[in-house]
Amino acid sequence: MSNEQALNEFETTTREWVKENFPVSLAGSTMGLEGEASESKKADFEIWRQRLAEKGWGAPTWPVEYGGAGLGHPEAKIISHEMAKMGAFNPIPLMAGMGVTMVGPTILEYGTDDQKNRHLKSIASGEVRWCLGLSEPGAGSDLASLATKAVDNGDSFVVNGQKTWTSGADISQWCGALVRTDPAAKKRNGISFVLLPMAQDGVTTKPIKLISGVSPFCDTFFDDARAEKADLLGDLNKGWSVVKRLLQHERQSQTQARSPSSGSKKATLQDKAKTYAGTDATGALADADLRIRLANHLMDAEAHSLTVNRITAEAKGKVEVSAAASILKNSATKIAQTKNELTMEFMGTQGIGWEGENFAAEELENVREWLWGKAISIYGGSHEVQNNIISKNILGLPETTQQG
Amino acid sequence: MAALTEEQSMIRDQAKSWTTEKSPVDKFREMRDKEIANNYFPETWSAMVEMGWTGIIIPEQYGGSDLGFLTFGVVLEETGRQLTASPLFASALVGASAILLGGNEAQKQAILPGIVDGSKILTLALEEGPRHAPQNTALKAESNGDGFTLSGTKTFVAEGMSATTFVVAARTSGEAGDSDGISLFLVDADAKGLGRNAIKTVDSRGYANLIFEAVDVSADAMLGGVDVGLPILDAILDRARAGLSAEMLGTAAQSFDMTLEYLKTREQFGQVIGSFQALGHRAAGLFGQMELARSCSEAALQAIDDDQDVEQMTSLSKCRVGEFLFDMSNQLIQIHGGIGMTDEFDAGLYLKRARTLETAFGNRSFHRDRYATLAGF
Repeated sequence: MSNEQALNEFETTTREWVKENFPVSLAGSTMGLEGEASESKKADFEIWRQRLAEKGWGAPTWPVEYGGAGLGHPEAKIISHEMAKMGAFNPIPLMAGMGVTMVGPTILEYGTDDQKNRHLKSIASGEVRWCLGLSEPGAGSDLASLATKAVDNGDSFVVNGQKTWTSGADISQWCGALVRTDPAAKKRNGISFVLLPMAQDGVTTKPIKLISGVSPFCDTFFDDARAEKADLLGDLNKGWSVVKRLLQHERQSQTQARSPSSGSKKATLQDKAKTYAGTDATGALADADLRIRLANHLMDAEAHSLTVNRITAEAKGKVEVSAAASILKNSATKIAQTKNELTMEFMGTQGIGWEGENFAAEELENVREWLWGKAISIYGGSHEVQNNIISKNILGLPETTQQG
Repeated sequence: MAALTEEQSMIRDQAKSWTTEKSPVDKFREMRDKEIANNYFPETWSAMVEMGWTGIIIPEQYGGSDLGFLTFGVVLEETGRQLTASPLFASALVGASAILLGGNEAQKQAILPGIVDGSKILTLALEEGPRHAPQNTALKAESNGDGFTLSGTKTFVAEGMSATTFVVAARTSGEAGDSDGISLFLVDADAKGLGRNAIKTVDSRGYANLIFEAVDVSADAMLGGVDVGLPILDAILDRARAGLSAEMLGTAAQSFDMTLEYLKTREQFGQVIGSFQALGHRAAGLFGQMELARSCSEAALQAIDDDQDVEQMTSLSKCRVGEFLFDMSNQLIQIHGGIGMTDEFDAGLYLKRARTLETAFGNRSFHRDRYATLAGF
């Protein structure tokens, strides 16, 4: 059987499985379901999570022994396409926090057998949520200047310091943290990566409110917190190479831009622009300047998605983390931010509401998204950090004069 | 979209080694400096014919290899890199497309084998004014009983001095600006009443103005039907745009490579200038633009091969590759500094070519507008 035939067959069986197993009550609902959903919906949600977990489809590309389904990327893509077609979704990556997208793949690569056995299955099933303790108040783009200390205490490390931007720390059970284990060594050489449970006396969290309102981010404080030696990921003082890999996984997960015309039922961006800004006799947007910038934006989005496809095709499924991720992260960011800016612009005064009856839900949503979107070019390696990576790692230009 | 096939990679390698060895940019400079007739070396053209490049989109029954537009794009990218001058694009892509899209069986048999063996050089005679506007075709074609009589002028005709046959857009009814009433004609270069004059353009390539003074053509010189030439013309133009974008991508990619090399070798303030973050980030931005432009270029060529979304994809490609070439050609000069301004260095050749490519078959604003219209706003 040819590869294409096999994929076609996989598509058919996937469609049938989703049809049989996805609770119709959940169709089209969002992933979160936090708080508002009815009891019966919550029960259906739990059934759906269990069924996905049993099938290994929470993290379909992971090995079967660690809770995955041992599938290739083309198959994983088919699963999400087929689910999307039926209004279904995979809630597990969201429920696992940073587990499925970042921590899991890094444990798969650097973890001991014991670590893989203890941690991966509960991530792939969505039962344990992970956060990441990387940035600190004094270590943002210059991550390697971090100050959180871990001191050897026999079977464990004692951890002291403050992490910030720890997304979901207040609801996570585990944390992957970057800590300094050798204060005497040069910046990058004295860092280790440890895994530690959040439910312990030495860990406290405090949510951070952003310009867009509530956020998943927290400050996380370690006061004599414990991390077991058995949960040191990678070698002692070699944590920098672990985190570099982890951040590559992060960039990779941030390369997908939502194509503006992909929401088949929703009105397209150009339709909305026409509604708000009006059209001339030929049906063209009346605001000629906006029209051109909107065309540029749609072209950006199209060029981006063509590039994602091209790079995937060229990699032939071999490379999981591509060198092009930095380029794609920057272009995805530009597209997301421009979309909200353009929307705000054509909505006019209806586009600047904060809350209340005067504004439609969609209008308020755009304002929050617009504000939140400013973070995209900062987190996961800022726009400028990505440009450093491109110029050094892809183009081979020499180290900049600044150290870092 | 798929990655290049093995065959396409092979053709790219062949094209790359031939252009760098036999037709590097030095050769283009030599042509310019010696003012070679028709603005290309005859041996360059005959080598291309020999390698089969003139038959890439022509079906086998007419002597071609029928490999498609994506393959042609692979070759044009390489000729774009070295600014290789020849009628390859005008004749084997644009001319051949005109015959394939508009020609009847007799016309195909009469002309296509000649394009493949290089004995015929076709080119499109379309523009009448300084801005690309196919609908504004005004050159008159009046029925004269047996055929038609053509009167008017054409400008900026690529390879117009060496062409043996012109594909002429003419008005058989209505007025300039009407979409109905345009017809396409094949006119021999030696037709009575047809005059041509070379134009000297900034890119040192071959262009001509044509004057039609009551040029008689027979009825079977018409490509497609009377008055309904515009849709065929649009389809020909889209093929031209996609092909030209591939050439433009090559010109821009070469400019990028030259600039990157310079960033790694030129020293100032005691270090290579590529170590300065301002320049490193500029290079990173250009590299991102190049990757996106390449995807657009390949998607447009693929769209033609698949006959799907041709109009959107070609406008996307011409606009996006055009933007990258515009920025890249300016940065090529800027980053090279003073040396970039000298005629002795190649940067100027690329900048000059970049702007003439930009004007051909619709500039960026033409295609941005068209893309918006196609997207319904």
